[in-house]
Amino acid sequence: MSNSFSIPRFRLPTLVSAIGSHLPQWPHSLALAAALNAAAKLRLLPADSLELLEGRCFVIEVLDAGGQASFSYRGGIFRPLFRVPEVPDLCFRANLSAFLQLLVRQEDPDTLFFNRELSIVGDTELGLLVKNMLDAVEWPPLTKAPIFRH
Amino acid sequence: MPRQKIPQLICPAGSLPALKAAVDHGADAVYLGYRNDTNARNFAGLNFDQKAMAEGIRYAQSQGRGVLMAINTFAQPGRTADWQHAVDGAAELGVDAVILADVGLLDYASRRHPDLRLHLSVQGSATNYEAVNFAHREFGIRRAVLPRVLTLAQVETVIRHTPVEIEVFGFGSLCVMNEGRCWLSSYATGESPNTVGACSPAKYVQWVRSPGQMTTRLNGILIDSFGDDEPAGYPTLCKGRFEVDGETYYALEEPTSLNVLEILPKIANIGIAAIKVEGRQRSPAYVAQVTRTLRAALDELARNAQHFHVKPAWQSELARVAEGSQVTLGAYNRPWR
Repeated sequence: MSNSFSIPRFRLPTLVSAIGSHLPQWPHSLALAAALNAAAKLRLLPADSLELLEGRCFVIEVLDAGGQASFSYRGGIFRPLFRVPEVPDLCFRANLSAFLQLLVRQEDPDTLFFNRELSIVGDTELGLLVKNMLDAVEWPPLTKAPIFRH
Repeated sequence: MPRQKIPQLICPAGSLPALKAAVDHGADAVYLGYRNDTNARNFAGLNFDQKAMAEGIRYAQSQGRGVLMAINTFAQPGRTADWQHAVDGAAELGVDAVILADVGLLDYASRRHPDLRLHLSVQGSATNYEAVNFAHREFGIRRAVLPRVLTLAQVETVIRHTPVEIEVFGFGSLCVMNEGRCWLSSYATGESPNTVGACSPAKYVQWVRSPGQMTTRLNGILIDSFGDDEPAGYPTLCKGRFEVDGETYYALEEPTSLNVLEILPKIANIGIAAIKVEGRQRSPAYVAQVTRTLRAALDELARNAQHFHVKPAWQSELARVAEGSQVTLGAYNRPWR
């Protein structure tokens, strides 16, 4: 990431999570599953790692937004789960700023874990696989994305 | 005034984006491994398949940077050929050096690929110049990575008595520092870096959250328990808190990272050839942060050795990514021996 752009550490007001947790959660799950399927289709996610996700279910919980997304990977497709599993195979929990920092590769997940800003509960080996799989993705440069092309 | 000769900066690459981050932020060389148990960071989804390896080598070497391949675990009974093939593959790919620990593999590599540059891995556990010179005489090693148990004065003694280049660790998570000889992970799980290429493999690790605390278990053994605001470390036995004589504390060592910024002028002065950053298991973000910071410090040292001082911004950048959010000079400045 460029030095000129950085995401600060912040925490959304508690009101946001109070409201967010009462909203339906399925749109998050749907959007995330769609995004992951798009990434898989673009071959950004390595096939050998994806195979190891088969049949597993995941929960991503954005604490300060009061939102969560849950999905599973079955038959080569990420599928949103409309009912959150009581014991998912893997659950990542963090505030929105931490997830954004991870997304743009500003922060290292181990750093966030050491600082207790990211928690990983469930199958630890699966968590490591997912972390390493995302680390290995070569995101296309933003400037080449269709949105920047005219 | 002649410019101060500075050590090379060797950075970790667990993935192609991490390799590119290291090269883009000023590493002189990267070190990497295959996606199997021939290297000591054999974690699910980490490391390089053939395609990524070839692209990574091309990316680094086209910019004049080195690529060092770690084949630094010990060949397991009945599977020696896997390690030999790894060395053959590295030679074929044209890496700048292989980093080996196993004496049998060093012997194989030196006979089979006489032009391949050999580095003695930290896992080879050579802590004195006799050991380094033995590996030089027998296998022609050109560089040795010293375990993190020596004081800087002891490192200097090794350098004075060997023609082999000496590399030391400059930054990264500290383990119990008994490299190549540590069996703590095997004690708990039956698997260790030397055997399967991973310390405390993830399949044995369990983090359990309950209100106000998180506990870490390794193969069922309680390693530690953290309050919500306490920094955490890697789930290894050496970083655990245990009850000893009625007191519960970090009985072996605290989660911490080595950081040599303060002693960089001395490191350059005594003729250390290279400093290495630990962390192939870390993300591209970490590699970028640490490489950028150490590059800035080394360049400053080259420009102005007389008045070198550590900038607070470098320290805070490194402390932030450190395990346990704290750093130490480790054994380098230990007054006792």
